[in-house]
Amino acid sequence: MSEKDYLQDLTEIKSIMNKSTRFISLSGMSGILAGVYALIGAFVGKFLINSYQQGETGIEHLPIHYFEILLLVVASIVLLLSVSTAFLLTSKKAKSNNEKIWTSTTRRLLKSFIVPLFTGGLLCIVLYQYNLIGLIAPFMLIFYGLSCVNASKYTLGNIEYLGMANIITGLIATQFIGYGIYFWALGFGVFHIIYGTLMYTKYDK
Amino acid sequence: MKDILKNINKAFDNRIRLGIMSALMVNEFLDFNSLKEILGVTDGNLASHIKALEKVEYLIIEKQFIGKKPNTRYSISKLGTLEFKKHITALEKLINKN
Repeated sequence: MSEKDYLQDLTEIKSIMNKSTRFISLSGMSGILAGVYALIGAFVGKFLINSYQQGETGIEHLPIHYFEILLLVVASIVLLLSVSTAFLLTSKKAKSNNEKIWTSTTRRLLKSFIVPLFTGGLLCIVLYQYNLIGLIAPFMLIFYGLSCVNASKYTLGNIEYLGMANIITGLIATQFIGYGIYFWALGFGVFHIIYGTLMYTKYDK
Repeated sequence: MKDILKNINKAFDNRIRLGIMSALMVNEFLDFNSLKEILGVTDGNLASHIKALEKVEYLIIEKQFIGKKPNTRYSISKLGTLEFKKHITALEKLINKN
């Protein structure tokens, strides 16, 4: 074997190690869209809160309990749209990459993503239970960030930095209670759009 | 030079066997179909190379049942890890030499 063959062997080893542990088809476009949904959601939320406080639209006649549920519905729609967009676009991309979407790698990717995320989700419900509303947005950002960092072992790209940025934003947000929605828009909206654009230009084209 | 060549392992002198070892180095274990998917080879081809690696005791084969379906999963043995690392180091040295 010549030197060139040895080099090719090493390249092959590296590529198989990457391929067998990392899912490469995460769609960048779905990151951009998730960011856009989050920004729209934040605007709608801010509008609802403003009109509730100023009492111009009639919404202020709702009991506070129902008003909170209304905000929750907005957040849930954002989440649902983001997840279904990500799933659709990623499976489409996986198909064109000839990569299967349900393999041991993607199962590990999902598991490492979901465990911190659900822990954070439950913790947010607990915060609501004790009426610590101001901490909910920071906690969402922190735990979402932890999920991204944790999942980054199993996929390519800059998801680790997206996670770090969200953790830092969340921690800063704990010091500015009452401005949660702005940090939320920055973390889930702006950061997603930046991350998605980077992924899109780097891997999708 | 002779020392380096001594560490180039004949058992890895094939892309598929090299691929099986690479995939198992970074995964705790893999089943037959996952390996097939990763390497993109046929059943018969993969089976014969697995057999070769099993023969030199670089692989550990576990047969189990998932429900009623038999499932075989493969992992790398201690000896296999050691030999593979030696092989990679030797490859790197050979390239860096020139």
